[in-house]
Amino acid sequence: MSSPETWTHPEPGAVPAATAAQPTPEQVIAGLRATTEGGIELTQLLTPEGERVASPIFDGFVSDIGAEQLRGLYRDMVLVRRADREGNALQRQGQLGIWVPLLGQEAAQIGSGRALRPTDMAFPSYREHGVAWARGVDLKDIFGIFRCTDQGSWDFQGSRLHPYTIVIGNQVVNAVGYAMGQKFDGKVGNASHEDTAADSDEATITYFGDGATSQGDVHEGFVWSSVYDAPVVFFCQNNQWAISEPTERQSRLPLYQRARGYGFPGVRVDGNDVLACLAVTRWALHTCRNGNGPVLIEAFTYRMDAHTTSDDPTRYRLSEELEVWRLKDPIERVRAHLTRTEGADQEFFDAVDAEADEFAVELRDYCVNMPDPPPERIFSNVYAEPSPALDAQRDSYLSYLAGFESTAGEG
Amino acid sequence: MTTTAESTTTTSQDETTRMTMAVAMNSALDLALDGDEKVILLGEDIADPAGGVLKVTRGLSSKYGTGRVRATPISETAIIGTAIGAALAGYRPVAEIMFMDFMGVCLDQITNHAAKLRYMSGGHSTIPITIRTTVGEQRFGAQHSQSLEAWFMHTPGIKVVMPSTAIEAKGLLASCVADDDPCLFIENVRLAFSQKQEVPVGDYRIPLGEADVKRPGADLSVITYGPAVHTALATAETLADEGIDLEVVDLRTLIPLDMASVMDSVAKTRKAIVLHDATTFCGPGAEIAARITEELFGKLDAPVKRLGAGYHPAPYAPSGLSYLPTSDELADTARELLGY
Ligand SMILES: Cc1ncc(C[n+]2csc(CCOP(=O)(O)OP(=O)(O)O)c2C)c(N)n1
Ligand SMILES: [Mg+2]
Repeated sequence: MSSPETWTHPEPGAVPAATAAQPTPEQVIAGLRATTEGGIELTQLLTPEGERVASPIFDGFVSDIGAEQLRGLYRDMVLVRRADREGNALQRQGQLGIWVPLLGQEAAQIGSGRALRPTDMAFPSYREHGVAWARGVDLKDIFGIFRCTDQGSWDFQGSRLHPYTIVIGNQVVNAVGYAMGQKFDGKVGNASHEDTAADSDEATITYFGDGATSQGDVHEGFVWSSVYDAPVVFFCQNNQWAISEPTERQSRLPLYQRARGYGFPGVRVDGNDVLACLAVTRWALHTCRNGNGPVLIEAFTYRMDAHTTSDDPTRYRLSEELEVWRLKDPIERVRAHLTRTEGADQEFFDAVDAEADEFAVELRDYCVNMPDPPPERIFSNVYAEPSPALDAQRDSYLSYLAGFESTAGEG
Repeated sequence: MTTTAESTTTTSQDETTRMTMAVAMNSALDLALDGDEKVILLGEDIADPAGGVLKVTRGLSSKYGTGRVRATPISETAIIGTAIGAALAGYRPVAEIMFMDFMGVCLDQITNHAAKLRYMSGGHSTIPITIRTTVGEQRFGAQHSQSLEAWFMHTPGIKVVMPSTAIEAKGLLASCVADDDPCLFIENVRLAFSQKQEVPVGDYRIPLGEADVKRPGADLSVITYGPAVHTALATAETLADEGIDLEVVDLRTLIPLDMASVMDSVAKTRKAIVLHDATTFCGPGAEIAARITEELFGKLDAPVKRLGAGYHPAPYAPSGLSYLPTSDELADTARELLGY
């Protein structure tokens, strides 16, 4: 049995773990290790079997969540999963250039997304379709990104969701800067008492993956937020994989423990437990609004599908791992809980499923009929003021295109 | 095209005082901080008592507080990354990257984020940041001497400015801070203290994207910017004794690039040399020379020449800057073109 050191330092000459066609024994062990619950440090309010467990620290943050609210969270997750599966299918049918699946991460995204106030700001990476949903961004706009008709032109000031960031880790520093602005604007710490937050208090949340934690930007974001007391929640979805690299390739110790080195709290939450994600994120945002940020949350979850539609995970991980995680499905445990507590009946579940199917049809219709952006868009919004160089390019391109029209007319 | 910097004044005050380029930039920042509470400064060592490596920010943290003038951790990515975030939160940050050579550390934030967010967000995001940086530190060699403006000219979405005089440093920096797009403002270490001029004391701006004819002439156009402007002006004096009349066009802003002024000048003189401290190969001069040839092909009396740094890393140059184009080289090239 090899020692843990050798998991991160493969034998010389061994195939690098990241590109191995067949999983190495180390990767198998790493993968199975990743499926452990995380011990007593894992915050969980709903077990995979749907049983509610008490948490003296976090229960207070979800005391308002009864059966009705849970049904709402369940619906959110089902609709978002259905949209995600539709995205995958549309890509396979050649209707989308690529799709980035969120399958398995619905609870992490809906729980944290629903914890936000309208005035809070969110900086996502590229997999946060569930957060976009929770922020009220039309998922059609998200589909536009993957059909390559748009790059994120929703009104971010209105929805308070920054455009998707594809370059790993960068949005973390942008979020810290935004949070420094909130703090400098005096939008932090206005409550008369620690237990409450003033309506004018704000916080920022930023999403990134386990792989992103190896980026210098994330380190710099951690440093800056801590020395400037920025009201920012670092929401790391540890989905166990950065494309083909297991979390063991990024860190020797559990990611949430890194916060300690920077001097702020770090919490590991069951990322497949929507209630726990909601509670922990509400707590973290509250802490930030009161001026005691930043906070790191590691949502311990699993990427149940490929990295993107261009990726084939069977090349680097075992299907057993997926089977283990299927038992912890984020949606199933809420369904089990609602059933067990008689918070919902079969009629409700059927109605949500029917709504999801309608939603998928709507998305599909929109997607297939989505108009191409007008050609002048290529030259638009480069600078605030008109640019003669860009205007000249646009005019020349448009007249070039107009040339085809007249030829087509003649022919 | 304008013939003097003064005539492009948009807001001016009669009162002037003699300032170095460093003091002129300090004055621009001081007025910006005073006039707009959303203006903030970020950078390494910019707070007092250090006041910045070129002392451009001296006194500002004492006057406006270390909340608005922040000495930051040594993290270039975060300096630009947080400036972008603060801009999204409504601020107008002026970020300092100590030497242009360190741009590589934060290049992603500048080119993939600051320069593209307006475009990607369909116009919803405005990133009114100014990035101040320095070039021309001749003593430290390959990692402290590079004129990398071509990197940024190659990236749509950002403006690139490089002044040659104190008065323009003030006017252009003020315009950068007020501009709603990311602006890269490149300061030259040698000019920061050697350039002294009467500079308006009050609010003073020079619009971005306008070249300035620093010396009108009939025989040959030298298209240049930044420190090389002074090489060109010195050479023009030498050549005047030989009866050669150089026109010196100072671009001042590289993006937006005032090609109309360049074309006007070259259409008149029919000969052109593009001169800069950046590497000649694929440097700004390559684009400018190509454009002149494309548009004025039939009118040219001689090939368009480029003079810049050689295609090699900057060497240690303790006793001078021989790897940068010299006045002698420029004079020789001008004589060669006059022979056509
Ligand atoms: C700076 C940078 N390097 C590499 C990539 C290529 N890349 C895209 S996603 C990815 C893995 C990211 O993993 P993680 O942060 O765990 O996020 P996840 O995809 O699992 O959500 C990599 C290496 C990139 N987009 N940006
Ligand atoms: Mg991951």
